[in-house]
Amino acid sequence: MPQVYKIRKGLNINIKGKAEKIFVKAEMADSYAVKPTDFHLVIPRLEVKEGDKVKAGSVLFHDKNHPEVKFTSPVSGMIMSVNRGERRIIKEVVIKPDISQEFVSFDTGNPLEMKREDIIAGILASGLWPAIKQRPYNIIANPGDIPKSIFISAFDTAPLAPDYDFLIKGSESEFHTGVDALSKLTPGKVHINISDEYPASLAFSKARNAQVNYFRGPHPAGNVGIQIHKIDPVNKGEVVWTVAPQEVVMIGRLFKNGIYDASKIVALTGSEVLKPRYYKIISGANIKSLTEKNTREGFHRYISGNVLTGRQIEPNGFIGYYDSQITVIPEGIHSEFLGWAKPGFNKFSISRSFFSWLTPDREYKITTNMNGGHRAFVATGVYEKVLPMDIFPMQLFKAILAEDIDMMEKLGIYEIAEEDVALCEFVCPSKTNIQDLVRKGLDLMIKEMS
Amino acid sequence: MNFLRKYLDKIKPNFQKGGKFEKLSATFEAFETFLFVPAKVTSSGAHIRDSMDMKRLMSVVILALLPAMLFGMYNTGYQHFLLTGTTGTFWQIFGFGFLKVLPVIIVSYITGLTIEFAFAQIRGHEVNEGFLVTGMLIPLVLPATIPLWMVVVATAFAVIIGKEVFGGTGMNVLNPALTARAFLFFAYPGNMTGDQVWIAGIKHAANMPDTVSGATVLGNLLQSVTDNLTYRDVSSKLPDDLNAFLGFIPGSIGETSKLAILIGAFILLYTGVGSWKIMFSTILGGLFMGWLLNIFAANAYMELPAYKHLLYGGFAFGAVFMATDPVTASQTEKGKWIYGFLIGVLAILIRVLNPAYPEGMMLAILLMNVFAPLIDHYVVEANIRRRMRRLKRAETVLNKL
Repeated sequence: MPQVYKIRKGLNINIKGKAEKIFVKAEMADSYAVKPTDFHLVIPRLEVKEGDKVKAGSVLFHDKNHPEVKFTSPVSGMIMSVNRGERRIIKEVVIKPDISQEFVSFDTGNPLEMKREDIIAGILASGLWPAIKQRPYNIIANPGDIPKSIFISAFDTAPLAPDYDFLIKGSESEFHTGVDALSKLTPGKVHINISDEYPASLAFSKARNAQVNYFRGPHPAGNVGIQIHKIDPVNKGEVVWTVAPQEVVMIGRLFKNGIYDASKIVALTGSEVLKPRYYKIISGANIKSLTEKNTREGFHRYISGNVLTGRQIEPNGFIGYYDSQITVIPEGIHSEFLGWAKPGFNKFSISRSFFSWLTPDREYKITTNMNGGHRAFVATGVYEKVLPMDIFPMQLFKAILAEDIDMMEKLGIYEIAEEDVALCEFVCPSKTNIQDLVRKGLDLMIKEMS
Repeated sequence: MNFLRKYLDKIKPNFQKGGKFEKLSATFEAFETFLFVPAKVTSSGAHIRDSMDMKRLMSVVILALLPAMLFGMYNTGYQHFLLTGTTGTFWQIFGFGFLKVLPVIIVSYITGLTIEFAFAQIRGHEVNEGFLVTGMLIPLVLPATIPLWMVVVATAFAVIIGKEVFGGTGMNVLNPALTARAFLFFAYPGNMTGDQVWIAGIKHAANMPDTVSGATVLGNLLQSVTDNLTYRDVSSKLPDDLNAFLGFIPGSIGETSKLAILIGAFILLYTGVGSWKIMFSTILGGLFMGWLLNIFAANAYMELPAYKHLLYGGFAFGAVFMATDPVTASQTEKGKWIYGFLIGVLAILIRVLNPAYPEGMMLAILLMNVFAPLIDHYVVEANIRRRMRRLKRAETVLNKL
């Protein structure tokens, strides 16, 4: 029996709107986009202009600092527009899809018989390289590095998270090919981490060329950063790569079929969705066709990703590169008279100062309200309850505030990413934006180390 | 409450940038957010946030303090009626104490909040809710006979010197409420110690009944050491445990009833607001020191059974409400164990072995407040060393390859 890692600290947030395990094949969306803003620190250099014809797998842009890292089109069609934001930053490259899809053809082969360089070259050319991220810093992996191990978290514990077994159904052999490819990239192990609480898909538990580890416990047990910390923590100077299962499948398809097939399954979730279900889409799809006529009346927030770490998008916006979940929750624009003094039977909290502790299994409709104003750090021991790592969160956050590089390093900044502290941010009674703070700390470290 | 909301929205522009009362924006914000949880939504990071905020946190602590406050009012009346030898109905007794204690509370709040608002205004940040708790704690650790002007001076001292000079809420080293008490204790000892301050009206009492001593239990115990009494002589004069537990003894307003404090402790622990580690280890430290002194038993005070230390004076109140102040306590979970335990040890040590201070809890907590950052430093250092060792191990493995 492989080792079971028990996570005790953490918090499951019960929100209304879990996706039913019903599978809908979505129609082709009317537009698709690749968003450079999904890729932290990437400076896009366009290789196409409006009106150009592209195939699925054609390069749209590359990274200025790493020209070998290409970002390719998920569909074939025509470049509809390049949307820019403030200071002419490229926000979206939008593609209008053709009716029949054409693919750029890449080399196929059995990854186990291929050389490491050829695998890397293949992944880079297809535009799948950005799917491989690295710790420390939680950014796109540097193709020149040799990671000490590669981690695949095959379950998600975030609020309303999709069931990864369901996402991977029918793509088992592609997943295995993908793992084969990854196993050639590291001298160490490929770790596949699954939940101990239910029998996982055989695709995960019987994967070849990988070590399977079991985890049990509340969110963030499914976060790859927590798993790395428990199994093979990142020391100064070390690099670990991480890939999500659906992207492993895409890598598998690349080597099996020779194409960049960006189709994936996403869960449409949240209390404001009428029929929360799973949809088969192509990466970068406009979500309008999924959410239109499928949400309740009212003013909502559309999130690509989950409520803790996702990004706000427009109701006709595009799903993010890394996301396999869309969440729609109500905007909390109502001010509540003496709200802080009410008994709070319907208010979710980690503390038991609201009477909602009487109903622990209840599902809540949680809005985007801050539920209070920003204050000085006062409470202690709150972050520690939701960060299952041997790290002192409060001290680390204060070191980042003070921009004390040396202390940040000593306190373990290499081991954390924004998503790992998202729960700290959720529970913080002083309403501090901790994910932004940690991102700032990571960026400081990158600057210091380069 | 729509009319109120509309009215606030109407006058709000006056307090915003460019408005007539721009300078009072912090004050407006404080009142507005008191009345309404603002409609502010998340703009970056997690899209949803816990319902808990500072206001809720502080109101839980105040709720936990209410039993001690209410009993303090009753006991103030009870001690007075005991002194005068008269009897009264429940409401007469409570009413007497209510009228004695309420002004102290009001004065403490008005003084402190005025200063807090002024500082928030000057610094241009939001008013922190911390003083709502401090303002309640200060009266509860003072004798009911305290002159109101002293409450003003002590509160001002605590807020300005104890907190604001360090940078405000969250930055202070010393517990503000205890700073206020310590200020009065050293500046006006005549109003804080002895046998003339603990019972309302005692200074003007014509003839004191023999059953009333006027001093606190701890004062009497310390006196017994000076008088070279044996424990047997002393023990007959001690209040019985039940009365000490329920709180029918002289003392600071909020500290006497251990039952009321236990109810408060339950609220703090159940809601997760107070640290059980600090409370538990403080009590453990107190019992340990009491037991250690029992072994030596060189005088009557040292012979006092350890558990009785928890029933007398401010030990229980300090352990539950003062030591647990998150800003001034140790901030690491391991550090909390050490911090609490040492408070307990020191409190009893000062009580029994220092002839000048009958009550050791205040000084023990203040002392440990100062040492809390040091404790944290060593706890964090251990974590850093663990990380360093891991790095070294990884490097040796790498070198072997």
